[in-house]
Amino acid sequence: MTKTATDTPRPLDPTLDARSENRVWKKFRNHKSAMIGGVLVVFFVLLALAAPLLPIPDPAATDWGAVRNAPSWDHWMGTDEIGRDVMARLIWGAQASLAAGVVSVGIAVLFGVPLGIVAGYFGGWVDAVVSRCTEALLAVPFLILAIALAAFLGPSLTNAMIAIGISATPIFVRLTRGQVLSIKEEDYVESARAVGLPTPKILSRYILPNVLPPILVQATLTIATAIIAEASLSFLGLGQQPPAPSWGSMLNTAKNFLNQAPWMAMWPGLSIFFVVLGFNLLGDGLRDALDPREH
Amino acid sequence: MSQDVILEAIDVAKHFGTSGVWGAKGHSVRAVDGVSLSVRRGETFAIVGESGCGKSTLARLLMRLMTPTSGDVLFDGRQVSAIQGEELKTLRRDMQFIFQDPFSSLNPRMTVERLVGEPLEIHAPELSVPDRRSRVAELLRQVGLRSEHADRYPHEFSGGQRQRIGIARAIACAPKLIIGDEPVSALDVSVQAQVINLLGDLSRDLGLTLVIIAHDLGVIRHMSDRVAVMYLGRIVEVGDTETVFTDPKHPYTQALLAAIPSMDGKAVDHGATVHGEMPSPSDPPPGCRFHTRCPHAQTLCRTKVPDLSTSRDVSHQVACHFAETLQQRFQRPKPRQRSDATEARFALYRAATEGGTVTHNAKQNQS
Repeated sequence: MTKTATDTPRPLDPTLDARSENRVWKKFRNHKSAMIGGVLVVFFVLLALAAPLLPIPDPAATDWGAVRNAPSWDHWMGTDEIGRDVMARLIWGAQASLAAGVVSVGIAVLFGVPLGIVAGYFGGWVDAVVSRCTEALLAVPFLILAIALAAFLGPSLTNAMIAIGISATPIFVRLTRGQVLSIKEEDYVESARAVGLPTPKILSRYILPNVLPPILVQATLTIATAIIAEASLSFLGLGQQPPAPSWGSMLNTAKNFLNQAPWMAMWPGLSIFFVVLGFNLLGDGLRDALDPREH
Repeated sequence: MSQDVILEAIDVAKHFGTSGVWGAKGHSVRAVDGVSLSVRRGETFAIVGESGCGKSTLARLLMRLMTPTSGDVLFDGRQVSAIQGEELKTLRRDMQFIFQDPFSSLNPRMTVERLVGEPLEIHAPELSVPDRRSRVAELLRQVGLRSEHADRYPHEFSGGQRQRIGIARAIACAPKLIIGDEPVSALDVSVQAQVINLLGDLSRDLGLTLVIIAHDLGVIRHMSDRVAVMYLGRIVEVGDTETVFTDPKHPYTQALLAAIPSMDGKAVDHGATVHGEMPSPSDPPPGCRFHTRCPHAQTLCRTKVPDLSTSRDVSHQVACHFAETLQQRFQRPKPRQRSDATEARFALYRAATEGGTVTHNAKQNQS
């Protein structure tokens, strides 16, 4: 895979509609790596949703008689430094990771897309202000910005999500603005103006639906980045607070026992790896499926 | 024809500024530079010119899809460039636009029903949903589509059909005037005729005023009552279509007409041919803008801008210093009379394309 999550999707053809969506779905289904990504994502989502139903021990229950036990029939993935079941913590931790990914990207889309639409469509000083602010935010590395914001807001999972969401917003502003700039020159947008359609309706009916496909792709890819960011923040103690489980904080404690109990680090590490891989493959697949040039 | 003016442009100009760094004044492109024209109620007015002469910009200025750099556009006596709010909404109802490219001018994500119903939704909000539906069906029939087409998406139609959808959208809320920006130039020749005839029928039936932008002289001669010839952002000649076509006075118009290939394949050369490219509108030549390509250019042409209004004949105005003297040199042969057999074939073809019944009189004539 040569594409990374930071690739901006190529501009997509806006001439997608109901019928060609069938074609998109067909293309997506034939896309092997996209299907692998989809399966991975679905697997982790189901795991996170099913956490309360699964017959697993309480992720916070300590057992001083089973400290740093290797994987066994009792503890399939072993136990940690105070005897908690690693698998239980992993499954509950999936909730935090996925929630952080989805919620923070949701925040970024919710703020970034409208800002991008307004900046792109109206241009002028609105665009100048929005674009300069966006560029200023983009100048700071994503993770550094998230860490700074999370530290400023105070350590908690919610604040970590907000911090990651704000850090990811400029990507969506930029992407949306660029798409709007090309779409607003289309004849059909001019035809909407000629008919006398009020501007809010032009934006919601003509501009938004036609900029959505690339945003969908970018959102999928950004979820992967956001999950890594959440894990990093939790690793640094700025995300999910103990004793609530999170892959990042699991890794943080596990780093002290790498020689004695490698399973403590292995499972959360692999989980992060596979979930991020899943979202990246899914995003790439979506991009290819939505790209009309490859039809 | 009544002299009642519905749309008037007074010295309209549009300069596109390529503003320099930090607000410094850059080069500006004078797409439209001082155009005055008046369109009479009920007529079909054509604006013709080469690519890049500013026709489409002029159309958008008239429509108020762009605001002019200077000058005024009056619609029904009201100033168009300054209006806002309700007045603008009324203008949008009364004046409609048909786009050149039927493939890009319809939102690909909307069904035909929503596309055609949208103007009604805005300008006739009192219409209930079933009423609007039936009105859309009626409009579709009016432009030669079937009402079952309403639930389909634009990409399921051919170019000609899409242009019909565009026309249905334009006539949906009973406008007074329709501006067509090269409404048929993106279509197949066989379809062009159908769409032109449709526009002609509609303008007659609905009492519409049409402003047609085109570069196809055949189309213009066929459908328009009056024609304005544009060159490099200015109008060089305006008059009744037949007069302009049979008796062109501006050397540019003469060259345009001379460039129409003749049916018998013989080259037409009346000393009116034009060489070279149109100069850049960002740096138009001084004096008469056509002097760089005009075969008759003289010193006066290089310094003094000829004015349309100075010509004596109001019904046929020319912006050329030497229009009267040049006129004699241009002799365009009358088109050859079609034989009866050819006429009959054309009649047959027209009947077939318009979906009427083919009578056998034509055939009898032919044999």
